[in-house]
Amino acid sequence: MSKVTTVVLVGVGGQGTILAGDVIAKVAVAEGHDVKLSEVHGMAQRGGSVDTVVRFGEKVHAPIIDTGVADHLIAFEITEAARKLQYLSKTGRLVVNSRTIQPLPVLTGAVGPAQGVEAELQYEGAVFIDAEALACEAGSPRSANVVLLGAASFGLPFAEKTWRDVIAGRVPPKTVEANLRAFDLGRAACAKGVCDL
Amino acid sequence: MARSLMSGNEAVARGAWESGVFVGVGYPGTPSTEVLENLSKYDDVTCQWAPNEKVAAEVGAGVSYGGKRTLVTMKHVGLNVAADPLFTLSYIGVGGGYVLLVADDPGMHSSQNEQDSRNYAAFAKVPMLEPSDSQEALDFTRAAFEISEQFDTPVLIRSTTRISHSKSLVEVGERNTVASAEFKQHPGKWVMMPANARARRVDLEARMERLSAFSNECDLNRIEMRDPALGVVVSGIVYEYVREALPEASILKIGMVNPLPEALITEFASKVDRLAVVEELDPYLSSRLRSLGIDVVETGLSTIGELTPGLISRAFGATTPELRDEISDLPPRPPLLCPGCPHRGVYWALGKLKAVVTGDIGCYTLGALPPLSAMDTCVCMGASVGMAHGLGITGAAEGRPVVGVIGDSTFAHSGITGVLDMVYNGAAGTIVILDNRTTAMTGHQGNPVSGKTLSGAPAPALDLAALCSALGVDSVRTVDPLDMTATLAVLTEETKRDTLSVIIAKSPCALIVRSDADPVAIDEELCTRCGVCVRLGCPAIMKLPSGQPVIDTAICVGCGQCVQVCRYDAIVTVGPACDFGGGL
Repeated sequence: MSKVTTVVLVGVGGQGTILAGDVIAKVAVAEGHDVKLSEVHGMAQRGGSVDTVVRFGEKVHAPIIDTGVADHLIAFEITEAARKLQYLSKTGRLVVNSRTIQPLPVLTGAVGPAQGVEAELQYEGAVFIDAEALACEAGSPRSANVVLLGAASFGLPFAEKTWRDVIAGRVPPKTVEANLRAFDLGRAACAKGVCDL
Repeated sequence: MARSLMSGNEAVARGAWESGVFVGVGYPGTPSTEVLENLSKYDDVTCQWAPNEKVAAEVGAGVSYGGKRTLVTMKHVGLNVAADPLFTLSYIGVGGGYVLLVADDPGMHSSQNEQDSRNYAAFAKVPMLEPSDSQEALDFTRAAFEISEQFDTPVLIRSTTRISHSKSLVEVGERNTVASAEFKQHPGKWVMMPANARARRVDLEARMERLSAFSNECDLNRIEMRDPALGVVVSGIVYEYVREALPEASILKIGMVNPLPEALITEFASKVDRLAVVEELDPYLSSRLRSLGIDVVETGLSTIGELTPGLISRAFGATTPELRDEISDLPPRPPLLCPGCPHRGVYWALGKLKAVVTGDIGCYTLGALPPLSAMDTCVCMGASVGMAHGLGITGAAEGRPVVGVIGDSTFAHSGITGVLDMVYNGAAGTIVILDNRTTAMTGHQGNPVSGKTLSGAPAPALDLAALCSALGVDSVRTVDPLDMTATLAVLTEETKRDTLSVIIAKSPCALIVRSDADPVAIDEELCTRCGVCVRLGCPAIMKLPSGQPVIDTAICVGCGQCVQVCRYDAIVTVGPACDFGGGL
């Protein structure tokens, strides 16, 4: 069976992982792949831990995966990167937004925050991207998920033009320019991060 | 034709539209909600949210008897509510095609149980189709309408979370002609009283016989012969998992799970050396195969929760891939009430009163979690009211007030009869209707209280206070839950009564009416670190390791709830947070 590529996007409900997954899936379709995408709606979206799985290749069967299978783990949040790390194969690529959103049990002091996670992710080969800062630099603080798409795009086998076309078709018309800038900044930051590894 | 990426729910909607469906009706429930939302995007279909699934199923029946095709949608537990009409609709059959989409939630991503709806098909004696991807979701919906009219029966389509909320490529077709409306009087068919029902009961068995023959011949069920050493019988999403996990295995793919293609099953069993059934949840297929005398190997797969390709391949001897080290000691991340959520004020007040709280289904079920921990029960839609009544009768709360808490949409769904029961039987107690003007958890659908239809058009908004008064409730009060002082005062007064009271806590969901108030911050000079603001469980408020609470002004919406609970006036308004531009 021909190789299927799996991208897992993880984060916190409300961060836009579903929309980002949708863009990756549409890019893969535009490039002629069979594609499946899986997401979960409902209760988990209320600030809970969420993941979206995108798989593409000549023929994709399962829309979900097991641990040890993902080729790319794109984490929108540090703790969630750590929580879902085992989805990533031993040779997979890890991109992490250098942002922590503390879960409610930490906010209330019921449990302590995660310790040393950044160092552990570093050890696992993470490329860190400061998506919020780059989104502000691009001129649209809400485009952090597009920055992360830019970062993800650096490791995925799709033409840059396809990405730009799909993103431009998805965002509000007035914000196309800022979002494409966000994409470029994320892509460049990832290229630099990979060089620095 | 170009293929487009569609979720299973979008594809069911498309299939219904292509089938010339005239009316779509349902009640929102994850993972089924988007079927009707997508169907409503087609201009030439009338789509409506009903107050509950039973009403939806009955509206669909009326459409069908009028000669038009109808799609009825709900989640698995909704089918329990609609079971009453379903079990007799199967006797009656249809005029125009009647298809009911039921979406199960194995793994309980957003549900209170994981019942397996395939059992309903056998129990209610209706055919059921089960697609395994979005293309089949479309194709099977079209087939379901054909079967419905050909065999004069309602047809169930069973989806699961991984069908409904997975996207895959779909080739679409064109819309069929819509049948003309026609109602012919036919008491022997439409009027199910004993004499008529006895005759239809016999017809029903004959219909199931014909459907059994159809199941053996139709292309919904198919044998895929590969290596005959192992044959696997599958349906639904599990087909895709097995194709990935066991690429060499021969497969009997069952698209029509009721009635089962018994001859095809027997034929398949004779062609393979070993036969296994791989299925999620109940042993529906395997027990039926065993009853046919077929030797089914034990897989050891659990009947609890979702399957995955890896679980299946390991059940058949594959080894686990090498994994990265686990990063341990991570804090859990449960879902939570949003910043500015009006439910928070009610739960804070209920906590102050040490109330025993019977709860219900919606975002507000999250009030059961720490730090609010202000809900003591949750069963099903509307149960809060009946349980408050029952618990009140026992006197087990020992002086603590018993309060039922129910959302606006849930109240319209099945809370009204509970209040009627309390009035009728002279109950005391307090019911709080959390009226946030929407069906929030499933994605902000309109409902009879919100005054918005499925298409967003204005509708008469149910006057909850007038309704409760008309039901005979002694005291009906309305309060703004963002006004914490007033909410506590009203709850205190009403829970002291020895008669029934209803409090309507009315404030729109913080996600649909965005606050234009400035965020607030904590003045650390005035703050005594008492922690009362932290115990509101607002995601904008964090207690630092030093014990000092701080507010994240980027997500604070300035609802003012924490300002009101602070006894030291230490929480003050600050300037606006950064101006958000548009993103994805």
